[in-house]
Amino acid sequence: MSPDIRKTFHLDGVEIPFREGQTVFDAAMAAGIYIPHLCHNPDFEPHSSCRLCTVIVNGRPFASCTQPAVAGQDVKSDTPELNDMRRSLTEMLLVEGNHYCPACEKSGNCRLQATAYALGVQYNHYPQFFPHRDVDASHPEIILDRDRCILCGLCVRISRRVDRKNVFAMTGRGITTTIVIDSPSGLLVDSRVSRDDEAVQHCPVGALMMKGEAFKVPIGERRYDTSPISEDSVAKFQAREVRLHG
Amino acid sequence: MARKRKIATCSLAGCFGCHMSLLDTDERLLELLELADFDRSPINDIKEIRGMVDIGLIEGGVCNVENVHLLHHFRDHCRVLVSMGECAITGGIPSMRNHHTLKACLEESYIRGVGVENAHIPDDPELPLLLNKVYPLHEVVQVDYHVPGCPPSADTLWHVLSALVTGRDPRLPTTLLRYD
Repeated sequence: MSPDIRKTFHLDGVEIPFREGQTVFDAAMAAGIYIPHLCHNPDFEPHSSCRLCTVIVNGRPFASCTQPAVAGQDVKSDTPELNDMRRSLTEMLLVEGNHYCPACEKSGNCRLQATAYALGVQYNHYPQFFPHRDVDASHPEIILDRDRCILCGLCVRISRRVDRKNVFAMTGRGITTTIVIDSPSGLLVDSRVSRDDEAVQHCPVGALMMKGEAFKVPIGERRYDTSPISEDSVAKFQAREVRLHG
Repeated sequence: MARKRKIATCSLAGCFGCHMSLLDTDERLLELLELADFDRSPINDIKEIRGMVDIGLIEGGVCNVENVHLLHHFRDHCRVLVSMGECAITGGIPSMRNHHTLKACLEESYIRGVGVENAHIPDDPELPLLLNKVYPLHEVVQVDYHVPGCPPSADTLWHVLSALVTGRDPRLPTTLLRYD
């Protein structure tokens, strides 16, 4: 054990060890404590835009995915107030798009749906928006369904930093924000995207999906049908920790 | 022995899948009938609620004028109103028409549809007028509980119904919470 692993902070009263440079989120997940999150994928740089992972650090709210862990700090996460806030954010994402779970191929593998399960969302308190958004089915292998996009920006970030292609970008402001494609026609088919791109593998919802793969796994046997997202995310994170740090 | 509860059910803009799921509770229905009687419901074909009932279960969203009247009838006569299934909770599949105008939907079906003969939009006075949009129940009346699923499984409906008739908390455990 390296000497700096003994540094700790308190999360909901539990002592959590951390390595120098680790975020509150990473240290919590490594210790087996799930913090709900949507825009963050631990394999990529954090973005802190969805705010679902907000925790209270020494009395002030911070996004745990970007908040550095500091020895001795007092962090609160699993509180009724924070879970209410997370539930409201999730419900707002659900009413803002067109999330028809019964008709969506991502159902059962969808992080938005699974996060709503974890937070106990039984209905959305807010009026449904029913927005009209464009679907881009021009590419022979990849479909972009903006109805389901939650604007987490993962595809934008991964395409820019990992694939080095800049296929995706966001345009507009506020409620009119949308994903656009870098191609002369604005369509996926004319862009440099390919099915092997990392950017099209990590969409947390059903906005970016591969064609020709529907119902390969039946409804009811999919990832979050069989294991709650809290357990799945922690197990995946801990396996990653072992792989990277031993 | 405690007073027998009364349950009423109806389907608005739904497919009766939630009612089929209710019937899928199988022999547990007999157990339920020890504690409750069915008032107005497609199950017994009673057309109107007589007096007050304890629990109203509604499947489907609100897509036409008749749905609005029936929903208000249920709200006025049910002590506890429950949205059953995705259509009742979010509008569901029928609300996919909300992205288009009602005129465009009707023309697509009855004027330009494949194989349409004698094309005209049905206007028989017996037909209930369609609303411009399909709405979830709670955007029209106050709803007390929501049971998601398409349809909610028999186990899910049983969990909620058995809790409501015996006065327990009907909230769903994560294992029974599904939107598909």
